[in-house]
Formats: sequence, C-alpha cells, structure tokens
Amino acid sequence: MNGFDSNELILLIPEIFVLATACLILVIDLFLSEQHRNVTFYLTQLSLFFTFLLTLELPSDTVLYAFNSSFILDTMAIVLKCAVYVVTAGAFCYARPYLKQIDLHKGEFYVLGLFAMLGMMVLISANHLLVLYLGLELMSLSLYTLVALNRDSAQSTEAAMKYFVLGAIASGMLLYGISILYGISGSLDIPLVADSVTHSLFDRIVLLFALSFIVVGVAFKLGAVPFHMWVPDVYQGAPTAVTVFVGSAPKIAAFAMAMRLLVGTLGDLHAEWQGMLIVLAVLSLGLGNVVAIAQSNIKRMLAYSTIGHIGFILMGVLSGTAAGFSAAMFYSIVYALMTLGAFGVVILMSRAGFEAENLDDYKGLNEKHPWFAFMMLVFMFSLAGVPPLVGFHAKLAVLRAVLEVDLVWLAIVAVLFSVVGAFYYLRIIKLMYFDSAESELLIDKPLDMKVALSLNGLLVLGLGIMPGVLMGWCFSAFA
Amino acid sequence: MSFVQVIFYLFAVMMLVAALRVITVRNPVHAALFLVLTFICTSVLWLMLEAEFLAIVLVLVYVGAVMVLFLFVVMLLNINIESLREGFVQYVPVGILIALALFVQMIIIVGPNHFGLQDSVLTIGPNYFAQKNFAYPAPAAAEYSNTEMLGRAIFTDYLYPFEIAAVILLVAIIAAISLALRKRTDTKRQNPAQQIQVRKQDRLRIVKMEAEE
Repeated sequence: MNGFDSNELILLIPEIFVLATACLILVIDLFLSEQHRNVTFYLTQLSLFFTFLLTLELPSDTVLYAFNSSFILDTMAIVLKCAVYVVTAGAFCYARPYLKQIDLHKGEFYVLGLFAMLGMMVLISANHLLVLYLGLELMSLSLYTLVALNRDSAQSTEAAMKYFVLGAIASGMLLYGISILYGISGSLDIPLVADSVTHSLFDRIVLLFALSFIVVGVAFKLGAVPFHMWVPDVYQGAPTAVTVFVGSAPKIAAFAMAMRLLVGTLGDLHAEWQGMLIVLAVLSLGLGNVVAIAQSNIKRMLAYSTIGHIGFILMGVLSGTAAGFSAAMFYSIVYALMTLGAFGVVILMSRAGFEAENLDDYKGLNEKHPWFAFMMLVFMFSLAGVPPLVGFHAKLAVLRAVLEVDLVWLAIVAVLFSVVGAFYYLRIIKLMYFDSAESELLIDKPLDMKVALSLNGLLVLGLGIMPGVLMGWCFSAFA
Repeated sequence: MSFVQVIFYLFAVMMLVAALRVITVRNPVHAALFLVLTFICTSVLWLMLEAEFLAIVLVLVYVGAVMVLFLFVVMLLNINIESLREGFVQYVPVGILIALALFVQMIIIVGPNHFGLQDSVLTIGPNYFAQKNFAYPAPAAAEYSNTEMLGRAIFTDYLYPFEIAAVILLVAIIAAISLALRKRTDTKRQNPAQQIQVRKQDRLRIVKMEAEE
C-alpha cells in the first residue's frame, strides 16, 4: 500500500475541472427559466474551453502516473483528450438549434454530455482494468440516457433500450474476460497484468479464453461486424442532436480502450488477436460499405458507413506496429471530425417538423446554399477518401501500415470496399449538385452553428492539405 | 467430505436451483422471491470466504432494500408475462447450444485444470503469477477485521475507482429524474402559496358599460 501523494492530483486537473463544472452547471440550470436556457449552453462551452487550456498545460513529453499508477498520462492520452473536447464542443454547437426546434432544449443534455465526456477522459487515461471499466460505464450510461432523452418518441425509446441491453451484454463480456485475467495475474494493474501474461505458466488456452471475451467486448463497443446490430438503430432512432455526439467523440474513446486492452494489456498475444481483428475488419468493411448503398435514410447510411470506417481503424490496430497504431489514432480523430460535420449538415437542413433524413431532401442544395453544399461535399469526399482531403491521408496511413506487415490481400480488400463505399458518398454529391430542388430548402439556424460548421469543414480541408501537424502528434504518441 | 464442504455444496446447489427458477417460474412475484433466495445463498458462500462485511451488505442492501422495491414494482405494474414469452421457443435451441458450448469451455478452462488448489503455501510477490495452481489461502487471524480492511482498500488503493463509481451514481440519479419526472398539467392540485399571492387584478376585471336607459 503506497502513500498517497497529493501532488499527483495536478495530473487530474482536467478531470476534476470537468466534474466540478458539470455539477455546477447542473445546479445553475435548475434556477434558470426556459428563456435563459442558453446560459447553460454558454457555460458548457466555456468549461470545455478551459478544460482544453488546462490539458495543454500538462507535461506531454513524459509518461506520468497518479493514484498508485491507476491513472496514466501519456502523449496519446493528451492528444485524444484534446480531440474529444473539440468534437464535443462542436457536437453541442450543432445540437442546440436542433434541440430547440423539437422542444427538447434541456440543461440535462449538456450535463449528461459533460459526464459522458468525463467517462471518455477516464477511459482514455485508464491504467487499471477496474478504472477502464468504470470509465466505460460512466460514458455508456450517459449516452443511453441521451439517446432516450426524447422520451415521448417510441423510436428513441426503442433505440435506447437496444443500446442499453446490448451495451450491458458487451460490458458483461468484457468483465468476464477481465475476471479471468485477474485470476491469471492476481492484479488489475494493466502493466502487472501485461507482465504476468508474458511470464504466465498457464496454458495458452486460458489466455485465449480471456482474450476472446475482451475482443468481443471491444468489438461491441466499437460497433464492428458481427457485433454491429445496435449501430444503425441507435443512429436512426436517437434525436439527430444526440446522434451527432454518440457517433463522433465515443469512437475516439473506444479506440483508446482497444489500445489499452489489446496492446497495453494483451500485447503479448498479438499474433492471436491479429487473426480475430482481421476477421472483424474484413466483415465490417464488407457489410458496412455494401449495406450502406441500400439505405435511403441518411442517418442510417452514415451508421453503416461508420461500421465500414471501424474496419479501417481495426486494420491499423491489428498491424501491431507503432506506425499502425498512430495511423489508427489519426483515423479515429479524423473520422470523428468528418462524421461530426456530416451530421452537422443533417441538422442544418432540418427545421421544425422536417427532419431532412431522406437522401432526396438534399436535392439541389447547391442552387440554394452553395457554401453549405460545398461543406457537405468536403465531408463526403473526405469520408470517401478522395485526395487532397484528410480522409485520404487517414486511409493511406492505415494501408501503408498494413502493407508494412505484409498483409497485402487485406489492403486490397480494404481498397476494393472503399471504392464500393465511394458510391453512396458520391450519390449525395450528385443529388446536391446535379439535381434540381424539390422543396424550398430553408435554413433557419443561428450564426454560431453556421460558423462552427464552416470551421469544421475548413478544418477537414486544412488538415487534408497539411496533415503533418496532427500526424506528427499521433506518431509522437507511439514513438 | 469436511463440514465446510458439505455447507458449501448445500448452498451452492440451492443457489443454482433458485437462480434457475428465477427465469423458469411463471409468476413474477415468485421469480423475485427466488432471486432473494439466490442472494441469501450467495451471502452464505461469501461468509465462508471470510468476506463477512460483503455478506451482510448483500443481505441488507439487496434483499432488504432493492428486492423489496423490485417486488413493489412487479406488484404495481401489470406486466403481461405471456406477451414477453413470445418468440421464446423459437430461440431456445440456439440459446441452449450456445449455453452448452460456453459451459463446456468454462469447465475445461476455468475449472480445476487451471485454477485448482494445491497444498503448498501461497507466495505473494514477484513469483505470484508464475504459479499454475493456487495454494489454499491461510485463514485470517482472529483479530482480522474484514470491514476495516475493505475501508482501507477503498480509501487508499481504490480511491480513484471509488470516486468514479460515485460519479456514475450521480449520473444514474440525473438519468432517472430526467427520464421519469413528468410535470403533469392536467391535475387539479392546489398550491396554497400561489393562492395567497393572488392579487385583485389577476382575477377581477372591471368592465365599463354604458348605462342602460
């Protein structure tokens, strides 16, 4: 039992700050009348901004531990946390006008969003299996509630129920795997477990048994085929304001979870989980990209496209090299930014009583609003992986990492399915630019959302032209 | 078989049967009561592991509080069990197959082959993980306090997870309130404070009328 050093608390300043402001905003929101609800929004954005500044103040060049090394602060943690703040702030910006138009603008949305983000931060910095699990539950529990927030909608309630039940099964799988690891090592500390996995006298089969449960748990949370059933239903059933959040930031946290569990804890079993992840990646790429073609609902289409992109992230992880990990990390951050923007446009197009969910609703957008049609073009081209946008660099980095470990056939499969996937992204661009509008396509969103969406689009464009900065951070995380 | 083993197998079998009855019995109230029995048997097993505090807490919190609430809900809500059972038969073969496969795997892997006990002294230290089988843990000394050790562990080594668990509970409260609290506008409830604060101009309207001739 080591002594507790209060100096270590300085490393958790961002987490403590988020927790404190979330509680404060929860109380302040109680005393605000309906017409002052915007104050909650501004306070939330302000707290995200200060959390960002606080995280930047932390030392990023060394690996630091706190709380008997159950908390780890490395370059990966800092970069991923900063990405989560940016994506969360963007999601809140897009969510506010949508929540107002469906009469759901409540303070709980922002508070639960902050708590979900706190869960992601805990998950990203976990160096102890119990902490990792608790961070995951904190994130998931907040997300289930957010999905169910529109409680009068039967569709949202059903989506939340599915998400909750399948999420609980996934957590159960993960916990069972962790419990066997505890039986093997007598510890839950990730470095100690990793050490005992390396030196274990147990038969390989025991380790594989634990590994298979952990892979299933991770695949459930990432939404990889065949554990993807919840993704389309949740994306479609949740209010779009929640979908934009659920679909973006948690993917970054799920990537961190996969890294901490598979690479950090079970790195010694790389040869074994590489095979499992190859199956998951190929199935995800195939099913995600092919089924997305058949969708006429844009939220459902983006959900299937998510599944396809998860395949790419898994490919980076399964390569097992530093280049592969940094490529997957780059991919997950970039993917979150692109999805954020794509759902942002869906919200932008919607208005009271009109959801803009169907692909046909985007016909002729270029005639009426050329700037936002161009933004959507940027997001779609980037998701499809067209140079010079950032999605191209992400795909290229992953493919290069896979080729380095001589999995040429896997790279070919990924490229083929990306070409298949390009079809449904290009279809939206065709509808926007080459068809004429059927309705008047009114946009009634406030200026801050338009500015945020434009910045989001320019960020995707800018990162595509100069990917070096973000790529450099991702590489330094695994150098 | 020693006395301890007799007690163990007695309660273990009782627990399994009760757990099985929870999902097979038709009446939801009976299912809840079988769940109570499962918890009590579990707490006896925990007592045998010298986890006295956890055993008592399980009875007090789960049996005493959670299950009573559970029974209330079951009795207050008129749940149609038959409609919940639709499709049950359809999925039974697949379910049995998966359960059987998992069961066999568990016996082979988590069973005594790999996690068995051996009659040597347990060594805690760098060689802990190098042991294949596990020695019998030494019984705790007479003055050993389970509660104290648990408290120590929670507030030193596990302080961080403990705080996160507290935040999860807070989120659960916020979630429950925001999903379940409904302000009903159609009730005729009276608010005395508002009644007292009422002013003349809120209720009375003086209408000027032309005097009739």
